[in-house]
Formats: sequence, C-alpha cells, structure tokens
Amino acid sequence: MTSSRWFAVVASASVLAVGVAACGSGGGSGGGLSGTIRIDGSSTVAPLSELVAELFQEENPDVKVTVGTSGTGGGFEKFCAGETDISDASRSIEPGEEEACADNGITTSRLTVANDALTVVVNPENPVSCMTVDQLNQVWDPQLKLGSWSEIKGLEPSFDAELTLFGPGTDSGTFDYFTGAVNGEEGAQRSDYNNVGEDDNQTVTGVQGADGGMGYFGFSYFEENEGKVKALEIDGGEGCVAPSAETVRDGSYVPLRRGLFIYPSAEALRRPEVQEFLQFYLYRVNDVAAQAGFIALTGKQLREAQSELKTLLGSGGEGTAG
Amino acid sequence: MTGPPERPSTERTRLATAGARAATAGSLSRQPGGDVVKGNIFFALLLLAIAVVLFGLAAIIVQAAINGAPALSFDLFTNPSSSLPERAGFRTALIGTLYLILGVVLLVVPIGVGAAIYLEEYADRTRWWNRLIELNIQNLAGVPSIIFGILGLAFIVRGPLDLGFIVAAGSLTLALLVLPTVILAAREAIRAVPPSIREGSLALGATQWQTIRRQVLPASIPGIATGVILAVSRAIGETAPLLLVGATTFVTFNPTFLGDDGYSALPVLIFNYATRPQDEFQTLASAGVIVMLVVLLAINAFAVWLRNRYERQW
Repeated sequence: MTSSRWFAVVASASVLAVGVAACGSGGGSGGGLSGTIRIDGSSTVAPLSELVAELFQEENPDVKVTVGTSGTGGGFEKFCAGETDISDASRSIEPGEEEACADNGITTSRLTVANDALTVVVNPENPVSCMTVDQLNQVWDPQLKLGSWSEIKGLEPSFDAELTLFGPGTDSGTFDYFTGAVNGEEGAQRSDYNNVGEDDNQTVTGVQGADGGMGYFGFSYFEENEGKVKALEIDGGEGCVAPSAETVRDGSYVPLRRGLFIYPSAEALRRPEVQEFLQFYLYRVNDVAAQAGFIALTGKQLREAQSELKTLLGSGGEGTAG
Repeated sequence: MTGPPERPSTERTRLATAGARAATAGSLSRQPGGDVVKGNIFFALLLLAIAVVLFGLAAIIVQAAINGAPALSFDLFTNPSSSLPERAGFRTALIGTLYLILGVVLLVVPIGVGAAIYLEEYADRTRWWNRLIELNIQNLAGVPSIIFGILGLAFIVRGPLDLGFIVAAGSLTLALLVLPTVILAAREAIRAVPPSIREGSLALGATQWQTIRRQVLPASIPGIATGVILAVSRAIGETAPLLLVGATTFVTFNPTFLGDDGYSALPVLIFNYATRPQDEFQTLASAGVIVMLVVLLAINAFAVWLRNRYERQW
C-alpha cells in the first residue's frame, strides 16, 4: 500500500519534471533580441501576422510572438486596456476606441499591410451576377427586412428564392466595414441574419446549402472556395466590377475594397524587439501576403507604409536599422 | 497445509451458490408470457439507449479519423502551430493543455474533496446554511461555461486577483467550472462507505479526523477518481472560457505555467484551424480532434489504473 502510494507520487512528480524540462529547452541561443510581442484582433488579418511572426521567430528565437483572433473590435478593446502590443484590424480605429485608448494613455498609428476585397457571395445556382450598392443596401437594411430575392428592386435577372443571409459577428471589422459601405452606418444591419461569429467557413457552408443564400467575407475565403459559392460583381456607380487582386490594386472595386492594418502602440514601439519586428513585417509582407492568400500592397502603398514606420520609429526613440 | 481442509467447504459453498442460482433462474423463467415479453422489450430499449450513445461517439471518431487521416502523423505532436499547413502541429497547444489540466487537478482534488468531506462528515444538515450550500453547488454544475469565463476575466485575470493572461488563471477558471462535478462525485463516494466502517473505527478509539483519513478517504478514492475523470474530460474540451481568460490561437513556443508570454490550448487551436479558409487546415483540425482524444484517453487511462488499484469490495 505504502509503496504503491510512493509510486504514484514519484510518477506525478516526474510528469511535472518532464513538463518543466520541456519548456526549459524551448529557449536557445538567439540574435540578441528577446521579449514578448502580443498581437490580437481581426481574424482576417491574423494569418498574415502569424506567418510574419513565424518567420521572425526563426531568426529571433528568443522573441515570443503570440497572435489572437478576438475580432477587430475585440482586439482594440484589449489593445486599449494595455493588454496587447499590436492590434490587427480590418477597418480603421474608431473615434470611440481611440478615446478609450487615450484614457489609458495609449496612442497608436495605422500601418497598412495588405489589401482585401470584401466579397459578396451567393449560391452557384443563383442567376444574378451583379448587384448595385443600393440593391445590397435593400437586402441588408435594418428596417426593410426583405424576405425574398424577388422583392429586391431593379434586380436582373429576376430570381425567386428565400433570402438566407450569413454574416460575421458584431466584433468583426468585416461587419463594421460592410455595414458602413453598404448601409451607410457602421454597425447598422438587419439582425435576422445567421451570425457566424469569426468563422467564415460557416458562411461558405450556409450559402452553398441555400438557394437564396447570401453572405460576405474577405477575398481569401472566396479564393479557397471558388466553385462552392459564386462571387457577385459589385456596381459602385461605374459599372459591374468583379472582386480580384487586379481590381483591388487599381482601385476600381468600390466600395468594398479595403485595406488591412496593424496598429502598434507607441509604448511598444520603444522596445527594440517590436521595432525590429515591425521593420521585418513591412520588409517581408508582400511575399508573405502571396503565400497566405492575401492581396499584396502595391509598390506605392508599401513605400508609404515603410516611410510611415520610419517616422514612427524616429519619434519613438532609438530606431534600429534592419 | 491450510489448503486441503478448506477445499470441501469452498466446494460446498460453490455448489450451494449454483443451486440457488438455478432455483432463482427457474422461478424467474416460470413467469407468465406477458411479463417475459415486457421484459424483453425493456431489454431491447436498454440496448437501443446504449447503441445511441456508442453510435454518437463512433460517428465523431470515425468522421475525425477519415477527415484527418491525410494529416495524421507523429509530427502533429512535435511541431508547433504554424500558418503554413504543411508544417503545422499541435505541440505548443498540447503543452498548454497539459499544464491547464495539471493545474485543474491540483486545485480541484484538494478543494473538491475537502468540500465533500465537510458536507458529508461535518455539516449539520438541519442548519439552513448547509442546505443552501448544497443547493448552490448543485446549481453551479449547470451554469454555462462562458459565465465562468466572464467570471475568470473579471476576478482572476483582471480585478482582485489580477493574475494577467497566464496559464494559472486559465487553470483556476476551469477548476471553478468543474469543481461542482468533483464535489458531487466525492460526496457520493464518501456516502457509499458503510457506516459500520466509521463506527468500528470510532469504537476502537480513533478520532473523527483519524477515521476520515485512515478509513473513509481510502475507501472512497475510486469514486473520487471517477469524479476527477469526468471533470478533466470536461475541462480539456472547454474553449469558450479559455478564449476569455487569454488562451490565444497562435503560439509557436512552449508555454509555462506562470509566464505571461501567452499560451494556447488544444480546443482553441482546433477551432482556429477549423475556421481558416484553406482545406488543409480543416484536415488538420480533424487530426487535432484525434490528438485530443489520444491525450484524453491517456490521462483517463492513468486515472482508471489508479482507481482500480484502490478498488475494494465490502
């Protein structure tokens, strides 16, 4: 009895020891930089930040970078509470959020890291191929609450199926951007839609399964699911334009073309590992964007972002050269 | 020497038992036909019930195995998470989960068993506050996990305890979540110890604490272990409260229990992989389900082994 009890104690102690040893072996020799960089925010931007973080940690093994996906709004909430260093965002920071940040003594500035085409998708059986912004507004308006595709005014060709709507949750920057561009007010959208939270694959499954389904998400989800869903061309006043890398870069996909951003806090910018990380980010971002299925920045956008960062580092203390 | 004289008596006992069994079986089978049919229907319903449970379980495992098969390899256990599917694994999240569960067990066993001992052995049930405590514990077992997540964020991560987003805060939150399960199971186990054992111990001059420590607790270890197994099984699969108390989705280094560098957990990473656009990540998510099942089975197998060592017949 006693010996078996001892065995249990020894067994659990050795499990503990193995765990401790496993984390001890994580650190190795590094390039001098160390510290932790906490990133949180948009799930749309996360794959990009994660891949950059991964490459960065290969070169700087003592710097720990974590990336969370609380959504753009949720990310800013943590960011303004001082709990994260960099916030991923798929829309610009709002005045209210900036105030919340300022209350905690946190200032920030925006760096554009990639482009995105907010893509409106429908079922492949749907004959409609192009919609105007006004028609989208009819569908998503908080008051109208249309029940069927046949009720949308001026839609060609006519299509009679029940409207089944899918969209991200209210913490999502995609939600904010879409409602702002289509309904004229951020956050204003009919509430009787299927809220998929931060899981855009549910929109794919839902739209694929409903004849009259409609949903929206970032371009990378459409690219990976072409064939399962159909992307609508959008008429922003100058004819129908399909979402694509080209129409985003030349600026013709309006109004659903958007930038993807990161927001470093001024305080974090004083830390050498964050400075190095951000320089690395903008140095590698276009290769990484292509790898992770994003629409890369144009040469002009990239130069602007890099000079913006240079200004930030210049004002943030001792800037280190890449 | 003691063998031969004993044999006839055990032989006699065996024969007597067999005879009694045959007599019982005979009297049972002489029941009227209607009762036999009813009995068979009831038996069929019981089989159906167990089949539904097993079918649900099998469906999950088979589906995960089929979808995740292309990604299944030992690399899943050794590679950290990555945004490139070909080199993504679960090591960092796995270590995060093991730390979380270790913390949960260390917290839940002493607190849960302590509360159960108080309620069963010391509490006076005629007092209204003891009945209130009991009622509250039973109700706590039904509170949605997200509520515990909010509680953990407000009181453990921020607020009074102010631990920050560390693994220990996650363990504490999960421990609160599963404590009712452990308390209820431990109480059942303690109650199942025959009063004659306690009375015998007290009659021999042991104090109440000696009785509990030497007689009641060792005898109730199997039941307590069952409660802990149920609690760990629930805690290991929880995602919602962990997201609130700081488990992030992308961590490429091994976390530590008290370090505030950030950590991840298996269900959180599985969810993250499942929501990505690329098909390869959905395959990985399914493979992650298998990884989690393996870990859960390993932990529970250890607990079952421990339980069987202490199993005792009265």
